Amino acid sequence: MSIYVDENTRVVVQGITGRDGSFHTRQMMAYGTRVVSGVTPGKGGRDFEGPDGGAVPVFDTVAEAVGETGADASVIYVPPAFAASAIMEAADAGVSFIVCVTEGIPVLDMTRAHALARDRGCRVLGPNCPGIICPGKTTLGIIPGRMVIPGPVGLISRSGTLTYEAVHHLTRDGLGQTTCVGIGGDPLIGTSFVDCLAAFAEDPDTEAIVMIGEIGGTAEQEAAAWASANLSIPVVGFIAGRTAPPGKRMGHAGAIISGSSGTAAEKTKAFEDNGIKVAERPAEISSLVAEALGG
Amino acid sequence: MNLHEYQAKELFRSAGMAVNPGEVAGTPEAVRTLAEGFGGRVVVKAQVHSGGRGKAGGVRLAGSPDEAAAHAAAILGMEISGLTVERVLVSPIEDIASEAYVGVLVDREGQCPLFMVSAEGGIDIEEVAATNPEAIHRLRVDPRYGLMPHQAYWLATRLFDDPRRARQAARVISQLYNAFVNSGASMAEINPLISTAGGEVKAIDAKVSIDDNELFRRPGVAELRDPGSESGADAQAREAGLSFVKLDGNVGCCVNGAGLAMATMDLVKYYGGEPANFLDIGGSSNPDKVVAAIEIITSDPSVEVILFNIFGGITRCDDVARGIVEATGRIDIDVPIVIRLTGTNEDLARTILADAGFAAGTSMDEVVQEAVRLAG
Repeated sequence: MSIYVDENTRVVVQGITGRDGSFHTRQMMAYGTRVVSGVTPGKGGRDFEGPDGGAVPVFDTVAEAVGETGADASVIYVPPAFAASAIMEAADAGVSFIVCVTEGIPVLDMTRAHALARDRGCRVLGPNCPGIICPGKTTLGIIPGRMVIPGPVGLISRSGTLTYEAVHHLTRDGLGQTTCVGIGGDPLIGTSFVDCLAAFAEDPDTEAIVMIGEIGGTAEQEAAAWASANLSIPVVGFIAGRTAPPGKRMGHAGAIISGSSGTAAEKTKAFEDNGIKVAERPAEISSLVAEALGG
Repeated sequence: MNLHEYQAKELFRSAGMAVNPGEVAGTPEAVRTLAEGFGGRVVVKAQVHSGGRGKAGGVRLAGSPDEAAAHAAAILGMEISGLTVERVLVSPIEDIASEAYVGVLVDREGQCPLFMVSAEGGIDIEEVAATNPEAIHRLRVDPRYGLMPHQAYWLATRLFDDPRRARQAARVISQLYNAFVNSGASMAEINPLISTAGGEVKAIDAKVSIDDNELFRRPGVAELRDPGSESGADAQAREAGLSFVKLDGNVGCCVNGAGLAMATMDLVKYYGGEPANFLDIGGSSNPDKVVAAIEIITSDPSVEVILFNIFGGITRCDDVARGIVEATGRIDIDVPIVIRLTGTNEDLARTILADAGFAAGTSMDEVVQEAVRLAG
């Protein structure tokens, strides 16, 4: 099984006619994702041409797209200035799962967007995230499909390319994945490590979990405590940013050590104190997973 | 982006807040004139983006205009945390009866603005949090309603028992929230908010950080950036759309993606080297960015080797390869370049690089070890 989405998920793409949106929509469709509609204000009534000649209807609003095509999930590729309102529009239209790929959304905009999504009972993945992929079933976002294979590992990460690095090793070593989730590098994200752990705990096919964290905030510490109290399957961890200086934003808006809080050492210790084996190098993640699975 | 104290105070004043007067100056003579205008007894404060100004000797009290000028002569040009003081703020000395702390920031956990106030002001709030945590009162704000009047009043009554002072403090707290939201801040702080013996409440220090993601829609705030507070490399990186942080080592790093960039630095350290920088070229496939990245890295004289670590997903390896070839043609690079490329279009990238005389590895571990070895 997979978490949050599967091959039946019906996807509307917000920003489908943009440069990034059109490219990734075609990638998703080629992988098998059921993209049922797209939204670009002012371009309603057109058709978006997918790979192999498949056409996707484009609407002016998400409400119309949901009404006409029964979309239950949205992927957002709109510029930062409009992304928070795109989230609110999708939540208001009744979509239950939103992937927001956009990086650079003002954080005060996100305080309002997250509040509305919570009120509407809608889960937001991200923003500033690569999305979610269920190998062999569906992909929502930008994670390249060819690097994953189906299998027993669930993967959760705050990063994009570091996720690819870890998955690359897992796949090469024959350790496939149930679902890989990029939760995003922003300080305010809709889906946390704990949320994903809880979802994986409900999935009988997931036999081990990889958590890839980084400096900044306390999400990894909370996840470690949750895992220790609630999970019966093994977890392997990795923390990026051991060499990051305090007070400097390391690319991701959320990757900053404030004072003495949010360091890699603190997170590594929280992992280890809760029985989570921590890889020292990305390449080591895969061997620790193999060990944990008794391979 | 951090504002200087004088800029933050101006922002607060334009929100209507009671803030003590002050003017900035860049020479001792100008400070003397300002001190005369303020009646002689003034405080002279270094305007740099650094905490611990007081401890570094960057904040001094003067009893006369001559003394103020002498203090300014000592402070101007002083280095505080590696930053040169170019301006001082001159303000009259206030008659302080009590000092409180008021701050608002975006709380990651609550995903909303969070006020923190304490009747113990004038000292580092992290110190209060560590030694006397119950002296700090917190209040989360629903961003859709904003700070409601009763909330501002509740916060104010944590600070002052006297109703007259509490009413003034409530006004200041509301004004702080408005300034915070309207400037696109991620943090705004008054430390201390004082009350005078005469019963007046006003801000005598101010600190504001702006969310960089807000700057595109707030040109007036973006203009407040102090070019002197930013190194040439930082400015070039910002203009090229690269995330860059200078470090002290000699292995120059150029990576796509923030997480992988951090992991690359960590791996350099793991194999006994020291990273010279964090640099994320982002997900874009623009060769110009690669050229700018190489320029920034090679402008650091301590760099002994340039390490590329590219995991092609959205980023196409061939674009990065073209950027490397173009950069080596455009600028003189006298340090070795080691390259790891894997993922989208890696074969094409390898051909482009081979034609230009470069080899590229596929294993992050091997290439990082090679870079560390070359860095000596």
